[in-house]
Amino acid sequence: MTVNVGQLGHAVAAKPTGLWSWLTTVDHKRIGILYGVTAFIFFLIGGIEALLVRMQLFVPGATVLTPDQYNQLFTMHGTTMVFLAIMPLNAAFLNYFVPLMIGARDVAFPRLNAFSYWVFLFGGLLMNLSFVIGGAPDFGWFGYAPLTERQFSPELRADFWAIGLQVLGIASLAASFNFIVTIINMRAPGMTLMRMPPFVWMQFVTQWLLALALPPIAVALILLIFDRHFSTNFYLSEWGGDPILWQHLFWIFGHPEVYILILPAFGMVSDILPTFARKPLFGYTFVVYSGIAIGFLGFIVWAHHMFATGMGPVADSAFAIATMLIAIPTGVKIFNWIGTLWLGQTAYKTPALFAVAFIAMFIIGGLSGVMHASPPADLQQTDSYFIVAHFHYVLFGGAIFGITAGAYYWLPKILGRMLNERLGQIHFWLMLIGFNLTFFPMHFVGLNGMPRRTYTYPAGFGWELMNQLETIGAFIIAISFLFFIYNVLVSMRSGAIAGNNPWGAGTLEWSIPSPPPVYNFATLPVVRSLYPLWDGPNDSRLTTPAASTTPEEAHVHLPNPSYWPLVTAFGVTLAGAGIIFGFVLTGIGILILLAGAYSWALEPAS
Amino acid sequence: MAPPLDHERAAGSAPVDVRKVQMNPFRNGAVRASLVLLPAVVLLSACSTDPQNVFDPRSDFTRMIADLFWQIIWAAVVVFVLVQGALVYAIIRYRRRANQGLPPQVHGNTRLEVAWTIAPALVLAWIAVPTVQTIFRTYEVPSGPDVLTIEVIGHQYWWEYRYPGGNVVTATDLHVPVGRRVVLRITSADVIHSYWVPKLAAKRDAIPGHVNTLWFTAEQTGVYEGQCAEFCSLQHANMRLRVFVDDQPTFDQWLRTNAQPAATPTSPEAQRGSQLVLQGTCAGCHAINGTNARGQIGPNLTHFASRSTIGGGIMPNTPENLDRWLENPQAIKPGNLMNVVVANPQDRQATIAYLQTLR
Repeated sequence: MTVNVGQLGHAVAAKPTGLWSWLTTVDHKRIGILYGVTAFIFFLIGGIEALLVRMQLFVPGATVLTPDQYNQLFTMHGTTMVFLAIMPLNAAFLNYFVPLMIGARDVAFPRLNAFSYWVFLFGGLLMNLSFVIGGAPDFGWFGYAPLTERQFSPELRADFWAIGLQVLGIASLAASFNFIVTIINMRAPGMTLMRMPPFVWMQFVTQWLLALALPPIAVALILLIFDRHFSTNFYLSEWGGDPILWQHLFWIFGHPEVYILILPAFGMVSDILPTFARKPLFGYTFVVYSGIAIGFLGFIVWAHHMFATGMGPVADSAFAIATMLIAIPTGVKIFNWIGTLWLGQTAYKTPALFAVAFIAMFIIGGLSGVMHASPPADLQQTDSYFIVAHFHYVLFGGAIFGITAGAYYWLPKILGRMLNERLGQIHFWLMLIGFNLTFFPMHFVGLNGMPRRTYTYPAGFGWELMNQLETIGAFIIAISFLFFIYNVLVSMRSGAIAGNNPWGAGTLEWSIPSPPPVYNFATLPVVRSLYPLWDGPNDSRLTTPAASTTPEEAHVHLPNPSYWPLVTAFGVTLAGAGIIFGFVLTGIGILILLAGAYSWALEPAS
Repeated sequence: MAPPLDHERAAGSAPVDVRKVQMNPFRNGAVRASLVLLPAVVLLSACSTDPQNVFDPRSDFTRMIADLFWQIIWAAVVVFVLVQGALVYAIIRYRRRANQGLPPQVHGNTRLEVAWTIAPALVLAWIAVPTVQTIFRTYEVPSGPDVLTIEVIGHQYWWEYRYPGGNVVTATDLHVPVGRRVVLRITSADVIHSYWVPKLAAKRDAIPGHVNTLWFTAEQTGVYEGQCAEFCSLQHANMRLRVFVDDQPTFDQWLRTNAQPAATPTSPEAQRGSQLVLQGTCAGCHAINGTNARGQIGPNLTHFASRSTIGGGIMPNTPENLDRWLENPQAIKPGNLMNVVVANPQDRQATIAYLQTLR
């Protein structure tokens, strides 16, 4: 990364370097980079897990993996992609860009922000530590009781999983409070709520979903830990508990979680399309309100994951209709994206390609979603590969395509250099083809009766060809990401200089140098419209993109670096790990946590 | 394997292609492929006679579900073609060309947006009404003297069936008469399973402490495949089942035979085998009606030889397979609950000889 800020010689503007500066940083941009790099590494790990799973399924009766290895890998693939890849990738963009897009110099609670990252990192490491200590979780990413109970999972695996998720939940909760406060309080003068970029809006809704959806799973996990360690029997029917209680609590979190994963991508695409179409987002107000509506409806549909549990006709009908209702605001968004392209002049640079592919793939995932909103039809679909196809079309075709669009769009701002367009296009076409080759046949094979989560399958059921295509597709996806990695590594050294606003975009993050100075804005911008950089005679779409402006010398007070967030996060994780390794560690962890929090509170302001 | 390689070549080939598609990204892309593929799904699914295909219903219950499913699929196909078509049109028609001024700065159109809020609501109503009607029908469990009610109990990793009267307890192979209402009362002895017979009964979860019901009337005789659909740990993949739909006389005969206590072995080898089974560890887990073997952990073996498969439906019930199984069940189905090995080949032969008498 080029550093062009330091030469100014001003103490505040100087960009810190070195490992210590990363460990103690409270700069939202650096925390965003930490989130992005860590989450991308977890994304690669989750991808390797998926490749191993696909190799095992290439032919019937394969012995690439033992049943135990297979079950660990598919469980950790799901857990990793949801909690350690997509959520923190969204958090990376949230951290780096939301303050820039609202014209702020940092988040409301910079040290809490650092704390969130460190807790996330430690939680992810703790979860993956299980691979080398007795095996990883092996009961699926939604961990249905009673399989997770001590009598059926006597090893530490379920403890790693429950504690790991609990710790990760703390990271997300802290971040959600931080960003709710930031978005409400720290917008630049003139940036009313209805002038916020759609990405900010969707992240705002997402943070509320996190704040409200994480407590139910925290409760569910505490009950599971009590069951496992103190014989409380919350989920054991023979002692008066009920395993269905777990399913309700998990999905009360789990369904909003789906929107936590996808809404930020909705926001990214809603910002990317107008830039490349050179016209405003069609129906901004409808897009914002439909996002809010999705957020609300997301909380009343959880039991559609449970139609096969026999909840009775009234509950089935209620949850079916509520689920179908979600298709309305989702459809509105899709129509508005098409409306944005309509009459526009879209230049299909890599970000725009990923953005429109996102729409196309998400339509497919949305339609299969409506299919299993119908409980009787779902009795044939649930727990089959049809479901696997569906949620990969929304989480990969949706979230990952959207995030990849976001990466190609915003990485020039972070790196100060453009990514290579040709490599980007190769990545795009390989990923689009590989994705559809992997996941489209899963619709067929699912409706042809293949259940998910099976380490082997018999020949003669008509499943062989589709499984082979899927495995080949998975490797094409993997290859496509090699182009992405190569592109980033090469471009960050030798890519074309990005300048402030290489795409001619209209939102505030493009008004400052790339990469932005530590203080973001030398003077706070005054906002008069949704696309401030498109206002007036200096419309960025009509002027040749200028070279990066030199950051001004600015007397901006910035928060000091602090290592207390790191220490406190370590204490939190150690306290949790003690439940796995012995309660002495919990005691030590709590002491470190208290010492960290106390020192944090009393740390001098400057 | 030719198609993927073609794709690969097309996508990875020379940059010239890439530049061409840059102007026209979806002309050869996934959307067009999907437009071809979706009807193909429909056709393939409809034509398939594969053993677990959901679009080949053979009972009133699955036919009702398939009819609803088709209605939803057609609605989805129409929506898919319209929306994906509009998207592709917008991408191709409104791409950037050289020397253009700014496009019209349209911020929205309230009337249009209200219209496309209402339109999906109408499509959803079109599928919501039959959905709710069908939901209530799925829960209308038939009752009466002519209804055959069978208890289905999921175990790690096999299915147990208990017929009315309590004498007939069997595993993996479910026998039902054709043309008669059958009610399955489904529960679990350990973790959650899901009973799935795609052509006859769709699926319901088997949950400890709960009893779920499925009902169906099989339309024609035959053998139907199914398997556990809810992940239930190590050998979930090998928790298979079969449903034998018999004509009424065959079913009656089967039920009469299976209600009898176990046959007493006559040949010396089978007698030795019965001693091994009844006095050895087998009886700790398996029950054989009419003997002192009363174990409740593994499948009831009273009419073991009449079953088509062993090991939870994973291989045909032949002496050779049985020999392999008894020699080391953990090698064949790792993680199943049978931790007993019959190491001595003579003992295995005697055991098999006895098991073969349990018709």
